Amino acid sequence: MGIVQDKTIIVTGGASGIGQAASKLFATEGAQVIIVDLQEEAGNETVDQIAFTGGKAEYHSVDVTNYDQFKALVEDVAGRYGSLDGAFNNAGIEAPSSKIVRQSLEDWSKVIKVNMTGVFVCVKCEVEQMLLQKQGGSIVNTASVAGLIGVQGASTYNASKHGVIGITKTVALEYAKKKIRVNAVCPGSTDTAMLKRLTGASQEFTDYLNSVVAMGRAAKPSEIAEAVLWLLSDRSSYVTGIALPVDGGYTAA
Amino acid sequence: MGMVQNKTILVTGGASGVGQATAILLASEGAHVVIADLADHGGAETMKLISSAGGSAEAHQLDVSDYDQMRDLIAQIAKLHGSLDGAFNNAGVAGPVARISKLGTDDWDQVIRVNLTGIFAGVKCEVEQMLLQETGGSIVNTASTCGLVGMYGQTAYNASKHGVVGITRTVALEYAKKNIRVNTVCPGFTETPMLTMRTDVDPSLSDYFDNHVPMGRKGQASEIAEAAMWLLSDRSSYVTGVALPIDGGYTAG
Repeated sequence: MGIVQDKTIIVTGGASGIGQAASKLFATEGAQVIIVDLQEEAGNETVDQIAFTGGKAEYHSVDVTNYDQFKALVEDVAGRYGSLDGAFNNAGIEAPSSKIVRQSLEDWSKVIKVNMTGVFVCVKCEVEQMLLQKQGGSIVNTASVAGLIGVQGASTYNASKHGVIGITKTVALEYAKKKIRVNAVCPGSTDTAMLKRLTGASQEFTDYLNSVVAMGRAAKPSEIAEAVLWLLSDRSSYVTGIALPVDGGYTAA
Repeated sequence: MGMVQNKTILVTGGASGVGQATAILLASEGAHVVIADLADHGGAETMKLISSAGGSAEAHQLDVSDYDQMRDLIAQIAKLHGSLDGAFNNAGVAGPVARISKLGTDDWDQVIRVNLTGIFAGVKCEVEQMLLQETGGSIVNTASTCGLVGMYGQTAYNASKHGVVGITRTVALEYAKKNIRVNTVCPGFTETPMLTMRTDVDPSLSDYFDNHVPMGRKGQASEIAEAAMWLLSDRSSYVTGVALPIDGGYTAG
């Protein structure tokens, strides 16, 4: 039996990177996965890959910052599957790396909207549904090491990720007695498209990023997915309101 | 295949409470467990429980603050089993509940000796062994929510547990590139002899603990064990230097 056997789990940003790795892992471990992403082709391909290995997944193109759209999805999922047991609110974007004097207000608005308002909307809808369920549910939000400490050149991204942790801890307190757990995962450098956009073609920058991680390497997306899997499962039943670094030791220093 | 299949894992303080629950869980997930405890029987009862469930374990008497004893035990394990793959440095004492003006220096010494020097000795010996192993290993130390925040009447205990987090983060940085991971679990109020020792004397304390946890209840030793096992397993391969609260939301607020 898989660690999330028969659970219905939403994964936002589930068509690529950490979200895609998570979708595949959850399906392998027995879940019915609901992939939410604006990348249609990648979303459908992920569903196909999961089906090919015998897992269960479906794809929906939904804007995580749109309350009505996301609410409709949650209600549809709960209606068809009986409940929403877990959610991995992972959809997120970055801003170009630059010190604050060169960060644009436009990038600020975009990043805060997706990374923070998106998480707010999703958590709100998920909790509203889980409150109707005797068994509650488990929510995991993707924050970042940038939600715990400062990172030069990323004031916008850091603000949004600190905000995700703020939402996480607060909502965890609010519904702890209702069997609804809310936690955040804080990845360090992870081998995804987002990281490639950050490093560009620069091997020097990649080497630098690896050199500041105690483990000396970036994470594989599957390593982040494993932490989310554990937090979504019943194995972490007394864990709520935490921000778990999965960062090769980056924030230990 | 179990989460820690075929791993040889040392559990100190394995005769009761969190240590016992963890030893039992690890064995059920395929590990060979080496139980060590100060008690005369050295955890023989835990070993019997494991064996009768079809698991594999051995028991030894051990004073964790005695470096020579610890080093000899680990050498014995490595010789007999080929490697030490994991260690759960969990042995600890509570000390008296007393504000600092009433806390005796003898009590301070004892708590620091077992809870902090014991961890130092354990981690030092385990790392020395794991450095000889290409596969490295995973070490988990029992800290506490008292290793993260203050707690009235617990100066010695808190200092020792903050110290455990300090050892953990530092050693994690030191050996991250050698496949050796070091993490802590930070239990909140957990139903174990350490807690019932206090609630037996003052039953109103039990309600006090429940009321001060967002989840409204104490943790079960098995819930702490689940977290320790996850950190000991390969599933947490990119996690090192973390202090993981399993506390029903206590430190979230």
